[in-house]
Amino acid sequence: MLDGFIHWLGDTRASMVIQKVFWIIPTVQIAHILAISVVLASMAMFDLRLLGLAGTRSSIATLSRRFMPWLWGALLVLAVSGSILIIGEPKRALGNVSFEIKMGLLATAIALTLSFQAILKRDLANGGADLAASHLGVARITGLLSLVLWVGIAVAGRLIAYSG
Amino acid sequence: MFDTFLHWLESTAPAIAISESSWLFPGIESVHVVAIALVVGSISMVDLRLLDVNLRDRPVGELTAEVLPWTWASFGVAVCTGALMFSSNATHYWGTVPFRAKMLLLLLAGINMLVFHATTNKSVEVWGRQAHTPRAAKISGGISLGLWLGVVTFGRWIGFV
Repeated sequence: MLDGFIHWLGDTRASMVIQKVFWIIPTVQIAHILAISVVLASMAMFDLRLLGLAGTRSSIATLSRRFMPWLWGALLVLAVSGSILIIGEPKRALGNVSFEIKMGLLATAIALTLSFQAILKRDLANGGADLAASHLGVARITGLLSLVLWVGIAVAGRLIAYSG
Repeated sequence: MFDTFLHWLESTAPAIAISESSWLFPGIESVHVVAIALVVGSISMVDLRLLDVNLRDRPVGELTAEVLPWTWASFGVAVCTGALMFSSNATHYWGTVPFRAKMLLLLLAGINMLVFHATTNKSVEVWGRQAHTPRAAKISGGISLGLWLGVVTFGRWIGFV
């Protein structure tokens, strides 16, 4: 079934155009890498704060307001540029084990981020100035997991070029 | 003379191990990409502040003290992994346009940074606390952002030639 979809996608007009125009894939890949830079740097700063290792001058709530818009904005750019890359070379990503691992890690990272943001939002709604002290343990685990997940996503993404 | 150096580099033990292994190069390249992403992402935070685009509520001196150590650490990792990849096929890379362009842009980014530190940044305690940055700071930030964009572009391009 996946093979059928890959063939169909590869034969679409959009795919033909992306394959024929030599600069589309490199350019979109560069946009993709720049958006990954935004995600990795933003999340590294935020996660290191959750771990208490950097940026401790600012509250978790402040850093969340600062970095979350960049995360979601960059993820949107990544979704669009990633889709263009897949449409252009469906066989390269779909059915590729690295791509599947990357998507699994991405879904986990997004779920983790949304869960943590929900906890933070509830603490603030309850009248707190920042994340409740009782949730600092959760923050540390979230920071560590998130850091590992985002690095894993970037690594798995690069390895798509090498695995089948 | 330089060719001799490149050939010697290719004959070193790590270079041979990398070129003979099927997973060492992809592994090192993955680390390189993560390191570059952290360098560019963190430098962009500072550049965008210098350009008066974001983080206006943060004093510039405070922001750079917080962010740049991580930038340098990531840069160190990028240089080491980059050098390892380069050594595995030194004569080829040295002969390519995107590799030379990338190195040139890195050099220019370094010079831009040195100039900024030697001039505008000296009075950062004065202007860095204000939301709006002086023109000289905007110019440094804009040049830096453009150069790093170029570094990523040519870096990715190296893989296509």
